[in-house]
Amino acid sequence: MSLVMTYREALREALRDAMQRDPRVFLMGEDVGRYGGSYAVSLGLLEAFGPERIRDAPLSELGFVGAGIGAALAGMRPIIEIMTVNFSLLALDPLMNTAAALRHMSGGQFSVPLVVRMATGAGRQLAAQHSHSLEGWFAHIPGLKILAPATVEDARGMLWPALLDPDPVLIFEHAQLYNLEGDPGDWASIDINRARIRRAGKDLTLITYGGTLGKALAAAEELAGVGIDCEVIDLRVLRPLDDATLLASVCKTRRALVVDEGWRSGSLSAEIITRIIEQGFYELDAPPARVCSAEVPIPYPRHLEEAALPQVASIVTAAQQLCQGKTT
Amino acid sequence: MIEFNLPSLGADMDEGTLLEWKIQPGDTIKPGQVIAVVDTAKAAIDVECWHESTVLQLLVDVGAKIPVGTPMALLLEPGEDPHSARRTSSEAPRLIEGENLTDRRPRISPAARRRAVDLGLNLDQLKGHGPKGAVTLEDVEMAAHLTHEPQHEPQHEPDHEQAMRQTIAAAMSRSKREIPHYYLSETIALDKAMSWLQEHNAQSTLQERLLPNVMLLKAVALALREFPQLNGVWLDNAFKPARATDLGVAITLRQGGLVAPVLHQVADSTLTHLMSELASLVERARNGSLRSSELDGAGITVTQLGDQGVDSVLGVIYPPQVALVGFGRISERPWVKDGQLCVVPTVISSLSADHRVSDGHYGARFLSEVRRLMQTPEAL
Repeated sequence: MSLVMTYREALREALRDAMQRDPRVFLMGEDVGRYGGSYAVSLGLLEAFGPERIRDAPLSELGFVGAGIGAALAGMRPIIEIMTVNFSLLALDPLMNTAAALRHMSGGQFSVPLVVRMATGAGRQLAAQHSHSLEGWFAHIPGLKILAPATVEDARGMLWPALLDPDPVLIFEHAQLYNLEGDPGDWASIDINRARIRRAGKDLTLITYGGTLGKALAAAEELAGVGIDCEVIDLRVLRPLDDATLLASVCKTRRALVVDEGWRSGSLSAEIITRIIEQGFYELDAPPARVCSAEVPIPYPRHLEEAALPQVASIVTAAQQLCQGKTT
Repeated sequence: MIEFNLPSLGADMDEGTLLEWKIQPGDTIKPGQVIAVVDTAKAAIDVECWHESTVLQLLVDVGAKIPVGTPMALLLEPGEDPHSARRTSSEAPRLIEGENLTDRRPRISPAARRRAVDLGLNLDQLKGHGPKGAVTLEDVEMAAHLTHEPQHEPQHEPDHEQAMRQTIAAAMSRSKREIPHYYLSETIALDKAMSWLQEHNAQSTLQERLLPNVMLLKAVALALREFPQLNGVWLDNAFKPARATDLGVAITLRQGGLVAPVLHQVADSTLTHLMSELASLVERARNGSLRSSELDGAGITVTQLGDQGVDSVLGVIYPPQVALVGFGRISERPWVKDGQLCVVPTVISSLSADHRVSDGHYGARFLSEVRRLMQTPEAL
C-alpha cells in the first residue's frame, strides 16, 4: 500500500515516533513549541508531549546548543533544532570544539549523543545572510556525522538511527523540500551509512544530495532524450562519504559530474572529485566536472538568485560537454 | 621569426605525411616557392610558402604524419638575427578555449590510454573527439576497429585509391546528410557562343585557342557576382560569403577518383588566362602534383561531364560549399527561334544548391544569368 505524505509530515512523524519510543528524547529550539516550528515541522507536538519534551528556546544558538550538548553528556537524547544553518555559525564553537571533540579529548570516557536538525539552502529570496548551504563545510569536521535526507523516505527514516548513534549527528533539511510529497516507503530499515543510486545509467554519474537531487533527476530525464543515460547518486550521508558506491558507479560510466549547492571553491564537490581521482583515475574517460553555486553571496533579486544556483539547464549543459565525442 | 605550419590542403583534410623537404637550413625562400611535398589521402601536394625568408630550422622529419597546423619549419624574416628572433606563428593562431598553444602533449583520457596500450595502438596516431579534443575510449575503440580490417598484403605505400574513395565517401555522405539540396536545370543555347569561339580560334595560335569549358566557367563566375549567396561556405551554422570568385573545377582522375582543385579569381581573368590555368590544373591533377594553394578556398564547384556524354549532371554539393553547377554534353538539339524549328548546339546547365542559404527562385535567376551571359560571348 503506498502512502503519500510531505517531507515535513515525514519529519514530524519521525519526531513523534522517536518521542514515543524513548523517554530520553526531547526537542529544543526556537519556536518549536507554541509556534509549532518555523517550518511547521513540530506542529501539534507540544500538545501531544508537553513543555518538558518540546522546549522553546530563547534567541541564543550558543546557549541552547550548549545546553543540548550538556543534556546529551548527562544521558539524555536531545534533538536540537537550529532554525537554519545560517544561525548555526553562532554555535560553531560548541559544535566543533565540544560535541565533535569530546570523545577524542576524553579518551572515550565521554560521548555526545546529540542530534542537531537544521534547515539549509537557498531559493526563496532570503538574500545573502539567510541562504547558505554549509553542510559541506560541516562535513570537514571529524567527530561529526552529517546527513542530508533528500526524499520523504529518508526524512521519515533517518532520525531514529541518528538518535541511536552515540556521537553527534547533524541533519540538514533543504528548505525547498518541506513541501515535497512522496512515499515514506521502507523507512524503518533506512541506514545512515550509504549513498543510494536513485536512477541507474551507463554514460555519466551525476552525484548530488539534498535540495539538488530533484534538479539532477530532472536533468537526467532531459539528457536521456539526447542519448545520455545518467546514473544519479544521492549521497545521503555527507560525512563519512560512501566512496565505494561512488567509485563503483564511476568505474562503470567513466564520467562524473557533481552537483553541489555550496560555493565551488573548497566545497564538498572538491572533496568528492578528489576521491574519484585518487581512487578511480585510470577508469576516467573525461575529467570530472561540477556544477556549484556562483561564488558570490547569494543574491536577493529572484533572477540573480536563480542565476547563482545550480539549475537543470546548467547541469544538462555540463553533462553534454563531458560527453562530447560520444556517439554510442 | 616565423613558424611555418602545415596548411590545410583541402576541406576534408586533417593531416598529412611529409614526403620530402625541398629546402634546407640556410636556403632563402621566395614567396610562392614550393618548400615541401606532403602526402594526403588523395595525392602528393606541393606545399607553397608565401613568406620571403631564410630557413632557420626544419622541425618535422621526412615520413612523419602531422596534423594540419603543426609547425614544420622556423623561418627568419629578412634582416632578422637568429639569436634575438621572437617566435611568431605564420598563421593566425586558432585559439580553442582553454588550450595552451605551446602544449603539444596529446590529450588522452586515462581509460583511453590504457585501452590503446592494451590494443597495441600508437597513441600519436589517435584522433580525439572528446572534450577539448581529447582522445576518449570511444576514439580508441573506433581506431582499433578500423585497423582490424583484414589486410591482403603488406602495404608499404599508402593506398591512394582506397584512401581517396574513403575521403570522397566521407565528404559525399556528409553532404547528403547535412545539406538540404534543391536542383534546377536550364538548357542554354550556345549557337552564338560556338560561332564566336570558332572565329576566335581560327584567328588564334595553338596556345591561345579556347575550349567552351572556359567560357562556361567564366559565365558562372560573372553570374556569381550578381548572386553571391551561391558562392561561399556554410560554417558554424551560418553562410559565410566568399570574397572572390574562386571556382573548384571537378577533374576525374584516370586511376579513379575525383579532385576539385581551385581556379582563382575567375571573374577577373581573361579567357586565355583561364584556358592555360585550367589546362595546367588538369595536367597536374592527373600527375598528382597539385599545389597546396590549389586545394583550398573554393566557394563553389563546377562539374562538366561533357566528355563522358551525358545530357546533364545533378551533382552533390562538396561541403562546406553551398552550391554546385553542372554542365552536360554540348549537343545539337532541336530549338525554336523566331517561331521556326532549327538545330542549335545546346548545353543543359544545372544547379544543386543548399536550401539553407538560397531558394529556388534565387537559383533560377542565377542560371538565367548564366544563360544570358552565354548569349554575348564577346563580353566574357
